[in-house]
Parts: sequence; C-alpha cells; structure tokens
Amino acid sequence: MAMLKVTDLKVSYGVIQAIKGISFEVNKGEIVALIGANGAGKTTTLHTVTGLLSAQSGKIEYEGHDITRMPGHKIVALGMAHVPEGRRVFAELTVLENLKMGAYTRKDKTEIEDTLSKVYKRFPRLEERKNQLAGTLSGGEQQMLAMGRALMSKPELILMDEPSMGLSPIYVNEIFDIIQEINHSGTTVLLVEQNAKKALAIADRAYVLETGNIALEGKAEELLANDSVKKAYLGE
Amino acid sequence: MKNVIEQLINGLSTGSIYALIALGYTMVYGIARMINFAHGDIIMVGAYALYVGVSLMNLPIAAAILLSIIVCAVLGITVEKVAYKPLRKAPPLAVLITAIGVSFLLQNLALLIFKATPIPFQSVIQVPSVSIGGITISGVTIVTLVMTLISMVILTLFINQTRAGSAMRAVSEDKGAAELMGINVNRTISQTFAIGSVLAAIAGILYICQYQSLRPTLGALPGIKAFVAAVLGGIGNVPGAMLGGIVLGLIESIAKAYISTELSDAIVFGVLVVVLLVRPSGLLGKLKNEKV
Repeated sequence: MAMLKVTDLKVSYGVIQAIKGISFEVNKGEIVALIGANGAGKTTTLHTVTGLLSAQSGKIEYEGHDITRMPGHKIVALGMAHVPEGRRVFAELTVLENLKMGAYTRKDKTEIEDTLSKVYKRFPRLEERKNQLAGTLSGGEQQMLAMGRALMSKPELILMDEPSMGLSPIYVNEIFDIIQEINHSGTTVLLVEQNAKKALAIADRAYVLETGNIALEGKAEELLANDSVKKAYLGE
Repeated sequence: MKNVIEQLINGLSTGSIYALIALGYTMVYGIARMINFAHGDIIMVGAYALYVGVSLMNLPIAAAILLSIIVCAVLGITVEKVAYKPLRKAPPLAVLITAIGVSFLLQNLALLIFKATPIPFQSVIQVPSVSIGGITISGVTIVTLVMTLISMVILTLFINQTRAGSAMRAVSEDKGAAELMGINVNRTISQTFAIGSVLAAIAGILYICQYQSLRPTLGALPGIKAFVAAVLGGIGNVPGAMLGGIVLGLIESIAKAYISTELSDAIVFGVLVVVLLVRPSGLLGKLKNEKV
C-alpha cells in the first residue's frame, strides 16, 4: 500500500485552476521526484498535501488517514514534514530555536535531545552556529537548517521543495548527497526540483508535471533516457 | 532639582501605563499584522469591570482585579474570533475599519450600560506614599511602577523562554512555516490577543486608580498615546513598545511641567514626527524589506 496516495487532486486560486486533477503515490522507502517547469504546479501540489492550501476536489491519503481537509498543523504529528521552497527558516530565532520549533509537536524531552544530536551529527555546521540568528546564515546553511528543522519532527515522509534553488554548485551536490543519506536512514522522500537531472539521478521514480497535469511518469532512469524529457528538462 | 525628579517619576508612572498598553498594540501587530484600534477600549472595559466588581458586587479587591483581567482576556479573544478572524485574508483597510467599528461598539455599549455621566471611583490601591530625601512618591505611583516591571519581566520570560512564546515569535515571522512545524496558528493568535488584553486590563486598573473617574471614552486618549508609543519604539518590537511608552511618558510629563500643559500633547506628537523622519521604523524597529 502506498504511503502517500493522491487521487484526482484539483486545486485552484480563485478562477485559475493550478492543479487539474493529478494522481500520484509515494511508497515507503522511495525517493520520488516531481519535476516540471516554473508554474507547472509543483509547489502548489506540496502545499496542498501539507495543508497550507486547500484542495478543490480529490483525495489525499497518508498512511491510511484521509488528510485532504486536515489543517496543516495536525499533519506534522502524523509523521510528515515539509521543507518549504525558499527555506523559510525563522530569521529572528537562533539556529537552536529553529530546530526546537521543528520538534514542536513532540513531547519527550530526552527523545528530542537524541534527535537533536543526530541532526547535529548530520549537519555539524548547525551545531557550530547554534546560538546564531538563522537570518545570519548563508543560503546553503539555511537550507541545511530547514532540512534539520524538518528532521526534528522525526518524519516518516519528508517533502522537499526546490532544496537546491539559489545555491552554489558545491552546496547543490552536498544537498543532494544529504537527501540520499536521509533516504538511506529510512525516511521516504518526495522531492520537487527544477534541477531535473540531479533529481532524476537520485530518485527511484518520478512524475513530470506540466501546467497542472501529469504528463509523464515512470522510473527515474527511464525518464532520464526519455527523449521528450531530455529535450524539455535536461537541456540535451 | 527635587521638582525635576518628581516630574520624572510622574513621567515614569504615566509612561509605564502607556508601555503596558503599547505592548498589546505591538504584539497584535507583530502576529496579525493589524492595528487593533479597539485596544484602547479594552482598557475602558477593564476599568468598568473593576468598578462593577468593587462597587456593585462588593467583591474583595483581589477578586475584582481578577474579574477585570478575565473579562478583558475573554473580550480580546472574542473580538478577534468574531471580528478579525473572518478577515484574515481581507485587505488591511477592511481590517482597520473593522477595528475602528469594534472600538465604537465597545464605547457605545458602555454608554448604554453606564450612561455618559462620569462615575467617581475610589482608588483600590491603598499603599501609603513614601518620602525619600524630601521627594514624595504616591502609593499609586509605586504600585504602578512595580506592577509594570513585574508584567514586563514575566512577558519577556514568556516570549523568550517558553514553548508557547517561541511559537508566537515563529508565527509572527512566517505563519505558513509555523503551521508546517505543527503550530496551531489560530490558537497562537488568540493567545496573543488574550495576553495583550490582560496587559490592557492591568493598565486600565492602574489608570483608573490614578484618574478616579469612569467614562465610556476613557480608553481613547491613553489608547492613542500608547499606539504612538508603539510606533515610536518600532511597531512589532516588544522591547520597543516598553521603551516607547516610557519615553513618551517622560516627554509628556516634562513638557507639562516646564513648557505648557496645553502644548504637551502637541509636543508628544511632534517628537513622534521627528523620530519617524529620522528613523522611519521607530527607535528599536528594524528596517525590513517586505518580501513580495
């Protein structure tokens, strides 16, 4: 059974229909990529899954729960975390306070400390800068903080929106390595990326979104070899 | 010299009340990005609630104070739920006009219930005045200063050290991201209105013990001055509201004593104009580029 199952989802902003009935699923343990051009509806899709936007129609199920109409703040507790586009760390809070915010729904203090030390192990730079305001970090460090913050909720499924956007090439490679590590340690990943090449290189499966519809879907390596994908998204 | 010190103490006392009220404006602005123009009238409700408790219900003073605080907290939450929450996505102007409407509503309800004739009110603070080196400080002033200090320390600790306080700071920065952390944004906004209203109740109690007369519009002037104090300190900034309130009280008191009683308000607002010309974001406010 799919971990996340989206069925015939439609989302609109007023009269403009951004998502026109898409279906996709994510299975436990996978990295699934959602690729597509600017404005194809990738971010809208993620925001609807995590409850920041409401669906017009369709169904979103997570681990057997119908979460279509569930408010965003209740979804985190089910084990789904979202690393939003543009990182959106709390600039006026320290790195440590940001990380603690990630564990907001968890109660057990010793378990939180345990997760915190794991996050610091994965991102040593965050520990070095724990008392610094998040707004003073570099773009790459903020991306790490946004990921660390999401991991603090101990998610089963992590949604990442354009994690490589605006980062220098060195950071881009590092971020993709980290996404793979996170996946290998047992967290399922739904990845939205404009950098289709990198995304397909680490993903198991992928969906290609075009103006609110799923145009193509399949195994990542098949899509990498697909002529129309090559032309439209890989610049070959 | 003695006189100057007395004036400064007076200013500190008035300024404390402004600061308590300004905190409500600034916290609500920080979290809901709106100017709650009905905030001043919460002070009035707090003062009347105290009067009802003490004079009409003959409650012990502590119970009457508690009643006043609870009434204001519940009123703050209710106003937000009924009037502002449905406008969360409306243009700021609609929210502003609604807030002014709520202000009129509260004033006119008070007018309906308690009539327009001012009601004399005996201060509930029975602390003797203190003389230090020939300077006399009244009991009300001492209580005002102490209560304000305690409120500010508790508020600062709450905002910076507790889980709910961090949630509040997170929501004021980015509601969407806060929601993704599992923070119930609506509940956090409610809490902010409740805290602002509790501070307004405390301010109302202290205010009415100084001025000892109740009328339905009593919250208007301290309300608007506290709003000025919040802007002076940097709207949205909590230490800024504290500083702005105190500075405003001091300027007002000195202006009244040494320049002109009639001109004191003009001087206060003049200072605001000058400060905003030099520092548009207020004394402690940060210049931020609004993201589009």
